[in-house]
Amino acid sequence: MSRLAEALRSGRFVVTAEIGPPRGADPDAVTDKAQLLRGWVDAANITDNQGAHVRLSSLAGGVLTMRAGVEPVVQLTCRDRNRLALQSELVSAGALGVPNVLLLTGDHPKFGDHPDAKPVFDLDGVQLVWTARTMRDNGRLISGRPVNPAPRWLIGSVENPFAPPQSFRAQRLAKKVAAGAEFVQTQFVFDREMFERWMVDVRELGIPDRCGILAGVGVVRSLRSLEYMRTKVPGIHVPDAIVARLRGVPGDRVAAEGARLCVETLQWLSTVDGVAGAHVMAFGAEQVVPEILEAARLGPGGPAHAAQRAEGVPNAG
Amino acid sequence: MYRSGSDAPRPTVPRLSARRAYGIQRWVAPNRFYRAVARRLVRMPLAYRWFTAGERIAKQRLFGCRMCAQCALPVTGYACPMGCPKQLRNGPCGGVSPAGACEVYPEMRCVWVVAVERAQQGGHESDLLRLHRPVDHREWGRSSWVNYWLGRDDNLWTSADLRAGQPIHAESPIHAESPIHAESPIHAEPPNRAGPVS
Repeated sequence: MSRLAEALRSGRFVVTAEIGPPRGADPDAVTDKAQLLRGWVDAANITDNQGAHVRLSSLAGGVLTMRAGVEPVVQLTCRDRNRLALQSELVSAGALGVPNVLLLTGDHPKFGDHPDAKPVFDLDGVQLVWTARTMRDNGRLISGRPVNPAPRWLIGSVENPFAPPQSFRAQRLAKKVAAGAEFVQTQFVFDREMFERWMVDVRELGIPDRCGILAGVGVVRSLRSLEYMRTKVPGIHVPDAIVARLRGVPGDRVAAEGARLCVETLQWLSTVDGVAGAHVMAFGAEQVVPEILEAARLGPGGPAHAAQRAEGVPNAG
Repeated sequence: MYRSGSDAPRPTVPRLSARRAYGIQRWVAPNRFYRAVARRLVRMPLAYRWFTAGERIAKQRLFGCRMCAQCALPVTGYACPMGCPKQLRNGPCGGVSPAGACEVYPEMRCVWVVAVERAQQGGHESDLLRLHRPVDHREWGRSSWVNYWLGRDDNLWTSADLRAGQPIHAESPIHAESPIHAESPIHAEPPNRAGPVS
């Protein structure tokens, strides 16, 4: 049912992107973004109150994305829901035919638009992955009660290869894989050296055979957004050389340089042993994703190719 | 600085060295004597309260204990994960600063950075691979020592063998045997310990 699972099995470089749902009750805000991505990506994440800011729910966004012809990856965090609500959401995603879920701990409310909210964190990200696998493969809830029929989504999670304790980061991913994660999306890869060091540990643990590694790639559109990422978003590591490179071009060319950097990173990632694909995050500038993927010649190859494949015409790319 | 309630989880630095803590482990391991004490304590509410108060004072001072009653210290390098603002029991979140600071309280070190360091120092890093089951929130404020001696928390985490593939719902003895909580119909249903049902 999950085309993302199929793409991961095919061995081709897989590409996912991200759709941030709107704050308003506007379905077009989701479907417009989905239409820009259709055919260019294997699936698109729908974030769950990203950065602890209130948005249209990820499940609703996932359904809208499916209607627009793009396969969704519905994100679910432990920040806003206890174990009852999380399991209920997972059952609902199954009933609505959502093919992929991405399960994570979530940002602390401190960083969002309601810092006065009660942080829930009844489960942690690893436990949520484990819960999902138990629901799907054992047909049981955390309580042991049966889930019948069991939902059938592909289970994904996240990891940050760049945050301390570095020696434990690959093992933490191994824990998530043991808990049931079948694909993982990483924090933005700006520091290739550090990513490569993490991949050595990941390969040593045999993770790429059991879990598709999708490396996170960020599209820097302006120096302001670069500054925001470096200073305001926890867990993002941008080496000085990258900062110098983006600051070194005239203001009106930063976006183009950011796109070029993204293309180079994608092409490099496609050569790294054990990397199954990339997760491209454009922060609301979804229109640049097709250009970048076309320039990098990676992913499903656009709506034309997707249509050809559907008719059984072999894809040159 | 982030303003939070005085009751909110907040990282602390353990006051007991990892070496000492692992050393003490031997002295509190369950045996016939401790089991007998624990069984008596659960039958004597006043004594149980005094015992728990003592445990609270000692563990609060040494480890910043918040009395979740499902003590993870023996497998987290004796650094308490319940001081993590996200209460993560399975490892650090992705927001740890390059210097190893907590993302919510940047003036404090991440409890998991401390835990990994201490477990590695003590040669116990394989403990960190265990999968921790969700916390039973009915146990807050109770004695983790009594739970430990009575074997009620035997299922709090899995073995360090990551290939084991156990389900999350392997019923913990806290649910099954606790004299404190009447069996609810949810827990009366036999857990499926054997693995996949199909």
